[in-house]
Amino acid sequence: METRFTRGKSAILERSLAKLFSEMVQYCQSQVYSASGVLCVGLLDVLDVLVLREEWKRETKVLNILLFIKVSVWRALFGKDKLDGFPAKATVHRHKGTTLMIKFDEAVIARDKALEGR
Amino acid sequence: MIQHTSRLGKGYLTKKESDASDDLNSELFTLTYGALVTQLCKDYENDEEVNKQLDKMGYNIGVRLIEDFLARSSIGRCQDFRETADVIAKVAFKMYLGITPSVTNWSPAGDELSLILESNPLVDFVELPDNHSSLVYSNLLCGVLRGALEMVQMAVDVKFAQDTLRGDNVTEIRMKFIKRMEENLPAGDE
Repeated sequence: METRFTRGKSAILERSLAKLFSEMVQYCQSQVYSASGVLCVGLLDVLDVLVLREEWKRETKVLNILLFIKVSVWRALFGKDKLDGFPAKATVHRHKGTTLMIKFDEAVIARDKALEGR
Repeated sequence: MIQHTSRLGKGYLTKKESDASDDLNSELFTLTYGALVTQLCKDYENDEEVNKQLDKMGYNIGVRLIEDFLARSSIGRCQDFRETADVIAKVAFKMYLGITPSVTNWSPAGDELSLILESNPLVDFVELPDNHSSLVYSNLLCGVLRGALEMVQMAVDVKFAQDTLRGDNVTEIRMKFIKRMEENLPAGDE
């Protein structure tokens, strides 16, 4: 009985989390975050928790989930379905929290600048 | 900044899978909300602005949430504000936060009430630093209630009267019925 109740609460909060997260992403869309080729998504320990949830045991798989997050966040922020034409590296830095750094290749930045006519 | 004394590092991986999953979602929810508030504190200059922004975001969530709520709860139209308050406390809060606040302190006119929250998943392990004494950390909830009720033609004023994060004994949301609204299309996200 107790287990079923707590499992119910888990599902409840997961659902509410999705709604909250969706609103947060929309908020991010209204702000400017990118700066000279580096997009930093700081969600602190959320990333740690996500990694633990999937129970990734191997380092290489951590990178896979980071790339997945990168794709989802990118899609939400910029409405692009694919990352075609956006060669980039995703790394994790742990220092006073967790920062996901997505570093675009120089070619992407150069093209971006050219497009904006800078 | 806002501290989370997270339990993540302490024997987390030794827990049973079902317990671990519950704690995980709970912590994920709390941490995500904390990340939002932290980011808003960075983006806005003062606590009042952050409170307003939380209310606005809550409103945006609320205007969409009501449909989800009505679909999942199969609750029909409430007869009066008292019934509305009961539904909010016993059904809605349970459905979205897994808690059931108590409904008390009705005004004589029956247009104002208190929701007393024994616990609040948004604030688990949260401590407010001294330099944010005006921050209404859970203000998102006020916006959600306001937005959701507006979609069923009720204009309400919702605010926190007491907050355990700011040293009060309980967390109290005060909700006041303003007026019934004309049925029209929603204005859209603020």
